[in-house]
Amino acid sequence: MKALMFGWEFPPHILGGLGTASFGLTRGMAMQPDMDITFCIPKPWGDEDQSFLRIVGVNHVPIVWKDADYNYVQERMSKAGMTADQYYKYRDHIYADFSYRHVDDLGCLEFSGRYPDNLQEEINNYSIVAGVIARTEEFDIIHAHDWLTYPAGIHAKNVSGKPLVIHVHATDYDRSRGNVNPTVYSIEKDGMDHADHIITVSNLTRRTVIEKYHQDPAKVTTVHNAVEPLSPEILAIQDKKGVKEKVITFLGRITMQKGPEYFVEAAAKVLEKAPHARFVMAGNGDMMDQMIRLAASRNISDRFHFTGFMKGKQVYEVLKASDVYVMPSVSEPFGISPLEAMQCGVPSIISKQSGCAEILDYAIKVDYWDIEALADAMYGIITYPALHKFLQEEGKREVDNIKWEYAGQKVRRIYDMVLGNN
Amino acid sequence: MKTICFYFQIHQPFRLKRYRFFDIGNDHYYYDDFQNEEVIRRIAEQCYLPANRTLLEMIKSSGGKFKVAFSISGVALEQMEIYTPEVIDSFKELVATGNVELLSETYAHSLASLGDPEEFKHQIKKQEDKIFDLFGVKPKVFRNTELIYSDDISTIVAEMGYKGMLTEGAKHVLGWKSPNYMYNSCVAPQLSLLLKNDRFSEDLSDRFSNYSWNEYPLTADKYISWIAETPESEQIINLFMNYEVLGSLHPASTGIFEFFKALPRFAAERGISFSTPSELFSLFKPVDSVSVAYPISWVDEERDCSSWLGNVLQKEAFQKLNEIGPRVHLCETRRVRQDWYYLQSSDHFYYMSTKHMGQGGFSPYDNPYEAFNNYMNVLSDFILRVNAEFPENIGDEELNSLTSTIRNQAIEIEDLRKELEKYKKKASSKKTAE
Repeated sequence: MKALMFGWEFPPHILGGLGTASFGLTRGMAMQPDMDITFCIPKPWGDEDQSFLRIVGVNHVPIVWKDADYNYVQERMSKAGMTADQYYKYRDHIYADFSYRHVDDLGCLEFSGRYPDNLQEEINNYSIVAGVIARTEEFDIIHAHDWLTYPAGIHAKNVSGKPLVIHVHATDYDRSRGNVNPTVYSIEKDGMDHADHIITVSNLTRRTVIEKYHQDPAKVTTVHNAVEPLSPEILAIQDKKGVKEKVITFLGRITMQKGPEYFVEAAAKVLEKAPHARFVMAGNGDMMDQMIRLAASRNISDRFHFTGFMKGKQVYEVLKASDVYVMPSVSEPFGISPLEAMQCGVPSIISKQSGCAEILDYAIKVDYWDIEALADAMYGIITYPALHKFLQEEGKREVDNIKWEYAGQKVRRIYDMVLGNN
Repeated sequence: MKTICFYFQIHQPFRLKRYRFFDIGNDHYYYDDFQNEEVIRRIAEQCYLPANRTLLEMIKSSGGKFKVAFSISGVALEQMEIYTPEVIDSFKELVATGNVELLSETYAHSLASLGDPEEFKHQIKKQEDKIFDLFGVKPKVFRNTELIYSDDISTIVAEMGYKGMLTEGAKHVLGWKSPNYMYNSCVAPQLSLLLKNDRFSEDLSDRFSNYSWNEYPLTADKYISWIAETPESEQIINLFMNYEVLGSLHPASTGIFEFFKALPRFAAERGISFSTPSELFSLFKPVDSVSVAYPISWVDEERDCSSWLGNVLQKEAFQKLNEIGPRVHLCETRRVRQDWYYLQSSDHFYYMSTKHMGQGGFSPYDNPYEAFNNYMNVLSDFILRVNAEFPENIGDEELNSLTSTIRNQAIEIEDLRKELEKYKKKASSKKTAE
């Protein structure tokens, strides 16, 4: 079974949860012996792990024919972890005259690989290149991750006639609390309409896809995300906490979607009863300054700390120093971070409005707006050692059984169904 | 006869280093030594040293007619002692001429006058001691941090035995009155006040090197003639400014030093003299009293305290700082007390101001929120250290009485022991006599 996947991010250079999920899922699927994955990303850095799949850098696929020296091509391609032979093979499949476009000396389009202001243009360029890739590569099925790559998926489907599966990691309804951007919505809807099957990361997202994007329920299946086991390097991180008090942590982008204000308000309530707790809000975002003001106006700033943006290992340092992890998201398609917290042995409180709540039994679930319940749960975990210990042990056991391998098998069953292999 | 009263403020805070959440409880050193050293050396080079040389020369060449006053905060003096002792020496030289008066202020250049009267008094005493230790003089005139003044503050300052104080000639307080007279406090009439002349002070501090000012370039001749043209009866011209006006805010290349050097000559031509604040307080009598219900300062258009305590962040930080105050007073650990002064500097609060977002208002931080986070992290650690000295569940008053009981008992034990020694000696001498 050969799958052609379109994605936007891939570790180690990631900007959000999409990269982590893409990595985990492909790795889980690669455990099936007959699975062969080609994964396209806009701009590879050359240090991606290619042991279980093949990475294609969209910015290294020509769309304009250029006469290029073999050694030079080889040198350029190797920077993205690709070969010159691949380049020539792609060059033989250029399907239209794109010489009016701005391309580099190898006839390739440039990509930032991020979420730039001209995102629309990058999405469109991505789909132009997808045409070349789809004509060149051999595959049985197309798998597009998130709305940025839907147009590329549709293009590849039209060119090759192979079925298209799209993977909804988030919808614009989650990001905007209901005020969707019409351009984004139309791309999402178009992708779903053209898809032979839709995979959502939670039942919550599945409902959104069915209700808001008007899809046939029979066409939509939920495959919950999972977590990679922690590396020994991360497990070895010491708790560097310098205070003896209990630490309650919020970790993530400080934006409307994540519900940071509910965390601050609940913190103020907890501090009335447990004056020795400390709160950490790790990460940054457009609501950070507002949250600093809110904490100050509740007079809890000496116990409420902001760390700024955290990356890589720092994330785990914060988790290891925490006694409780809180994710009060207003709308979270899945939310991988509470699973990571539980892997570190940190009891988690999550909102009922997050996708991961569907698969976690040993996390405390509250409505995001229910500040009192949130405060109550925080207070309980830091006050009653038995509860803390129970959630810590059971939570870790539970999350250790949520494996990408199983998610990969579910995706495989969907492939088989779409291809009529049963 | 008119007289000019020059007063310069000198202050440098101990700037904080980047202090993260993880440092709380682990790291008890809060200061950015590199930055502090860099700043004070740079300012010493550009301003303090050349300006001191200029003033000394002016005093000598004018035959002792030129006079100025300084207030140097205790924390600035500490930094000079560490990084630039030559500046201290040059101030000693200036003070030795007898034409330079040193004023009293709060040791940490703090806002204690607005939050903690006890701490305010304590810091004034500490500052007096510091000045006496270094320069051998006892300040007679008070000026508060950034000329902050209110009726309440004037009562405390009068209680401390000061005859005079410097403050801002804020328009919303004076109304039609001129700052060029001596006033007194309406609640403490024994305290006389000198008010800053905004126009003439800011001609030097803000406008001197401004090309787009219609009076540019400002010459000593022109400047003195403006002062001479003020009404006959207005005899006191108070020029209060930051010392950094000389050489730092206006670099030497703008001609600021030459401008100052020329002042005494033109002043003499127009019959204008120079005086120190304490001379003025003994020469003149107040013409009227001023009432200031809400604190004023010499900063910004509003001339109030909103630059330090204007927004919710600043108020929160200041409140948390003051809450721990009574406990720190009981504490005798040297480093805790030292940090306590450094953390009180008004600058830390100024960095949290959201009034200037993006323009004006210098700060070592990228934005006020970062300043606030950093300060609160440091303060959290400091609070932990203070609370570690005493059990937290005992109230302040109870603690106070307990510690004084312990202290009294120690004194009593000491007394009893002395008595015992005495009797032992008697006993032994009796024995030998026998």
